[in-house]
Amino acid sequence: MTPLLELKGISRFFGGLAALTDVSFEVRKDEILGLIGPNGAGKTTLFNVVNGFYAPSRGEVFFKGERISGLKPHQVCARGLARTFQVVKPLQRMSVLDNVIASAFLRAKSKAQAVQIAGEVLHLTGLYDDREVISKGLPLGKRKRLEIARALATKPELILLDESFAGLNPTEQNESIDIIRKIKEIGITIMIIEHNMKVIMSISDRIIVLNYGQKIAEGSPEETRNNPLVIEAYLGEA
Amino acid sequence: MKKIAPTLIVAAIAVLPLLGLSTYILHVLILTIMWSVIGMAWNLLGGFCGQVSFGHAAFFGVGAYTSGILYNKFGISAWWGMPASIGVVAVFALFIGFITLRLRGPFFALGTLAVGVILRVTAENLPDVTEGNLGIMIRERSWVDKTWYFYIILTLAVLVFLLVKKVVGSRLGYYFVAIREDQDAAESLGINTTYYKTIALCLSAVITGLAGAFYTNYMGYIDPKVVFALHDISIVVIMVVMVGGVATFWGPVVGSAIMVLLAELIRSIPMLGAAHLTFFGVLLIVIIIFLPNGIIGDIPKLKRLLGIRKNL
Repeated sequence: MTPLLELKGISRFFGGLAALTDVSFEVRKDEILGLIGPNGAGKTTLFNVVNGFYAPSRGEVFFKGERISGLKPHQVCARGLARTFQVVKPLQRMSVLDNVIASAFLRAKSKAQAVQIAGEVLHLTGLYDDREVISKGLPLGKRKRLEIARALATKPELILLDESFAGLNPTEQNESIDIIRKIKEIGITIMIIEHNMKVIMSISDRIIVLNYGQKIAEGSPEETRNNPLVIEAYLGEA
Repeated sequence: MKKIAPTLIVAAIAVLPLLGLSTYILHVLILTIMWSVIGMAWNLLGGFCGQVSFGHAAFFGVGAYTSGILYNKFGISAWWGMPASIGVVAVFALFIGFITLRLRGPFFALGTLAVGVILRVTAENLPDVTEGNLGIMIRERSWVDKTWYFYIILTLAVLVFLLVKKVVGSRLGYYFVAIREDQDAAESLGINTTYYKTIALCLSAVITGLAGAFYTNYMGYIDPKVVFALHDISIVVIMVVMVGGVATFWGPVVGSAIMVLLAELIRSIPMLGAAHLTFFGVLLIVIIIFLPNGIIGDIPKLKRLLGIRKNL
């Protein structure tokens, strides 16, 4: 079976800096794949390469067997791969509902259908009661969820979540964990970047660890936790 | 009431010529409506899609010269310039968009500013096509009376208003605003931003070009300094929208009424006639400080300033 997403030998250079070096892995259908690593490890760069904001300097990305490296972000999204941003990018002067409608139009044939999709997604992410709020005025926790809602409205098969938990209080974190479980239940595969170890260990099926742009470990949460290379990357040499 | 208000306003405007207004008042009305058309066009691109153009005179001028050249070189009625300008300006806008729409924010503004200036200089130096600085004169005027011109531009304005309303409420409108708010986010949500920005530019340019073609017919004379003017066209249209209200439906209409009246008023003051641009500048500063969303966009704030508090 072809994996849903496959990275083959991805490298990305910025001038002389290697942000990613020869990274290869795959995302299997219906799993939650956690992506962790210290600051500056190249996690967001990796998302930007997969999503089409950056072309890889070397290597190729395949989605459902089709080569997507070199496509533009909107083409990648149209193929069923959506993402959220670590630094949230709400469409500020639009209401929450309009934000989601704008992205629902990707699959909707009519405005009525777009409104319907948006309504479903807002219920799923628990933002329905805030639908009339101008998104500039949302607190950070809800803006993070709006990012997820917008990505979901494009009806993706794979969703890339970039630090959807950062800056949330424990209550909000629990709500977001529930939302991510619900997303998995409706058959969407998830790749998530997260610094919060409690969250990532509890929701991920598999974890990939990046350090200095290289993949240093891959495996179940249990294996990752006990991997000496990972401990060294986070805590330094003993 | 809110639903029929636009119909009532249009009806009220439509009966104005029947009241036996003086030719001068009718002239001011025609200019106001023409400017509201250009304002609505600019607003589509600059207000809703967020691509601020400093070169709308380019599209106005190309529309105007389409009419003028058809009359001058081919000997057909300048009115054919209105349908013809749709095609000509659309092709021209596609070309300009291809170059300038890869620029973002202030760089796009500068790019369009250059386009306007380039066209003026080109028109001045191509006497075989444009008659250069002599300009083109339409010698046979269709009507001496202004009533028909009034109804033609009013019809155009109503059609453009309905079009803008339709576009903004549709998929296009949502995409335009999404691009304005965050181009990267829009792109990652599956919106082909280059494609939709090009649509916004073409729509905006074609409407502006239609107003230009009308201008040729109405004024009966065009020259490059007038129709490709940076300060009298490109900047004034931005002011019309800024004063009235960016990204609102009625903003350009209100803005054009204020700007045209103000220009006429200042012109009638002896010794100060040529200083209207100074007044426009001062007005712009006042608007930006006190009503950054324009008159229509800041209605709640205006009410508060005037002491008509609602529920505060």
